[in-house]
Amino acid sequence: MTDLENFRSETRAWLEENCPASMRTPIRGDKDMCWGGRNFEFVSEDQKAWMERMASRGWTVPTWPKEYGGGGLNKDEAKILAAEMRRIKARSPLTSFGIWMLGPALLKFGTHEQKLEHLPKIARGEIRWCQGYSEPNAGSDLASLATKAEDKGDHWIVNGQKVWTSYADQADWIFCLVRTDNSGTKHHGISFVLFDMESEGVSTKPIKLISGYSPFCETFFDDVKVFKSNLVGEENAGWTIAKYLLTHERTGISDMGMPTPLNMLAKDKLGTGEDGKLAETMLRHQIADHEIDAAAFVFTLERAKDEAKAGGDMGAFSSMLKYYGTEINKQRHELIVKTNGSDGLEWEGQYSNDGDIARSWLRTKANSIEGGTSEIQLNIVSKRILDLPT
Amino acid sequence: MALVFNEEQQLLKESADGFFAEKAPISQLRELRDSGNETGFSTELWSEMAEMGFAGLLVDEDNGGTDFGVMGAGIVAEAMGKTLSASPYLASAVVSAAVLKAAASDAQKAELLPAIAAGEKIVTLAIDESAHHRPENTALKATADGDGYVLSGMKTFVCDGHVADAFLVLARTSGEKGDASGLSLFLVEKGGAGLIVDRTIMADSRNWAKITFEGVRVDAGALVGPLDGAFDAIEPALDQARIIVAAELLGIAQECLDRTVEYLRERKQFGVVIGTFQGLQHRAAHLFSEIEVTRSAVLKAMQMADAGGDVRWFASLAKAKACKTAELATNEAIQMHGGIGMTDEFDIGFFIKRARILQSLFGDFNYHADRFASCSSY
Repeated sequence: MTDLENFRSETRAWLEENCPASMRTPIRGDKDMCWGGRNFEFVSEDQKAWMERMASRGWTVPTWPKEYGGGGLNKDEAKILAAEMRRIKARSPLTSFGIWMLGPALLKFGTHEQKLEHLPKIARGEIRWCQGYSEPNAGSDLASLATKAEDKGDHWIVNGQKVWTSYADQADWIFCLVRTDNSGTKHHGISFVLFDMESEGVSTKPIKLISGYSPFCETFFDDVKVFKSNLVGEENAGWTIAKYLLTHERTGISDMGMPTPLNMLAKDKLGTGEDGKLAETMLRHQIADHEIDAAAFVFTLERAKDEAKAGGDMGAFSSMLKYYGTEINKQRHELIVKTNGSDGLEWEGQYSNDGDIARSWLRTKANSIEGGTSEIQLNIVSKRILDLPT
Repeated sequence: MALVFNEEQQLLKESADGFFAEKAPISQLRELRDSGNETGFSTELWSEMAEMGFAGLLVDEDNGGTDFGVMGAGIVAEAMGKTLSASPYLASAVVSAAVLKAAASDAQKAELLPAIAAGEKIVTLAIDESAHHRPENTALKATADGDGYVLSGMKTFVCDGHVADAFLVLARTSGEKGDASGLSLFLVEKGGAGLIVDRTIMADSRNWAKITFEGVRVDAGALVGPLDGAFDAIEPALDQARIIVAAELLGIAQECLDRTVEYLRERKQFGVVIGTFQGLQHRAAHLFSEIEVTRSAVLKAMQMADAGGDVRWFASLAKAKACKTAELATNEAIQMHGGIGMTDEFDIGFFIKRARILQSLFGDFNYHADRFASCSSY
């Protein structure tokens, strides 16, 4: 047996033994996801055990180096682990912005001390991170951000406001873009800093969305003290890190996975004819059209990962993935609502699990806005990949 | 298996891209069209392609091929999509080679495959009988007659029909029109009594034909594959052909994008190059995205076909997606080129014409979207 075959059989056996049965059922929305952090309340003992067992092997972050809490797996091994988890329909043991956004940026730009300090806590689900990027006047034009960091020798005093900060009210730490210099172009003078959300002067205010939920916040900084040891990379050169991190954020958003196949749902709701085809022929056509794009997109994610250089840096290609993946996801939820008919628009009550379908559908409208709008992604593709002039 | 080309495949791609760009650029197709060339392709080019091994990509080495599989044949088809190089590649080296490999006896293979791989014999599949690809609707009748069969009926949309040396003809030996069972495949050599071949000039300026069988007699040895069981026997080969056609469509789409982007960088209006306009940038970037997604579907289908097993779902996915994207790419290319895109003098119009032909070949988008849904059990 080759090493990889060995790895597969050992992984399979370990997962069989350690993944609780309830962690092999489909997640029913946000509340089933494990985010970790100081204040996280596990929905069950199984959820806690599953996260801890996976973390003990470093498999919450399989490809990170072992010394930083990762599994130290190579690309092929990580692929096998993912496939084996899919095989038993295992849930992701831990989802966090630390894992798919900050982690890759720290691995590339952080000091050894910063990595030792922060990465293992991310891997073990102890610290939950949020992202301080957008501001009221810096949305698509992110680089015009104005949150000010005033130099006080060994630290900065930060003042300003962020907006659309996902889960800021539940996060323990923030990775944040601040302006440390105003004298040059807007891309110069941005610094990438880390600080505790419990620091004095930090406050958050949830924003209620069209879904009725409040996943985003306004975040205010009023004389917040940030030590310079928490600067990642060089002062005033944070834009490079910001962009690098965005490529990971975009790939992550595009990779939301394809939940319940629409065909099962549609057959259940609408029935089939004698030939086994969906009775609603127009809807069948729409679903097939969509699922062709969705399947081809899943293979595109697979190809992008296979093509990516070590470290998974996809550069501007991540903008294409973000654009396509979020548009697909929005379309998918439109079809889910259509398939469910009027049931899909219920908002409250047990029958609809408090409007799960309708609220999830409305949540997807943010997909093509957050992390850079679809239009920004198309700008990036046209400039960086197609080399069109500006 | 990683969803990327291996080194050997990468080399094949580079050599094919270079070969067609040099030996058979789009100007060759224009010349063939304008001169009313009777063969419809350059026989010199076809010999050179055979020397390069392109005619034997699907043929195993024992039968004189290079055995590059569906992946190799798709790579070369994609290159030909970029230059619209005319040759019997698709009819003979792809479709007929795949069908013979899937259904023929060892003796038939030994007789035909080396000649196909050497580019010496052009064989083509005669399958469609109406304007829409519906193999199960085959009505052309093969009636047992002594130790042979007599074929009566007609075929349409036969690729390279008027230059083919032999035809693989799907015929009904039992059952009714609409039954997938009861079909059989026969090898019919050209020139037989009652065989009437009419070249059809179609939009793509390539070779198509309608063929009438007025009691064409073949002997028992002409049967290829199981009697009454041809549909199942050749379906995997048809799927390989569909995947390779999808690869050619991908090449067309990519070339349309490349030419359009080039034009956007050069053409000036309002005192600036039009590529600075966001309205055009976003259309180009969207097209780029669709092409990349299509590339993945085609690549995956090629890999799965070479791995063996049931590839119906993958083939229909690849063909459906390639149809959709090629339609978008060719339409967008003309629109973004503006008035010049409408002129015959400019080459971009050749791509839309070839694309629509390939889109309808062996099942269009609707055919494959329906089949994809059925394979996904809805």
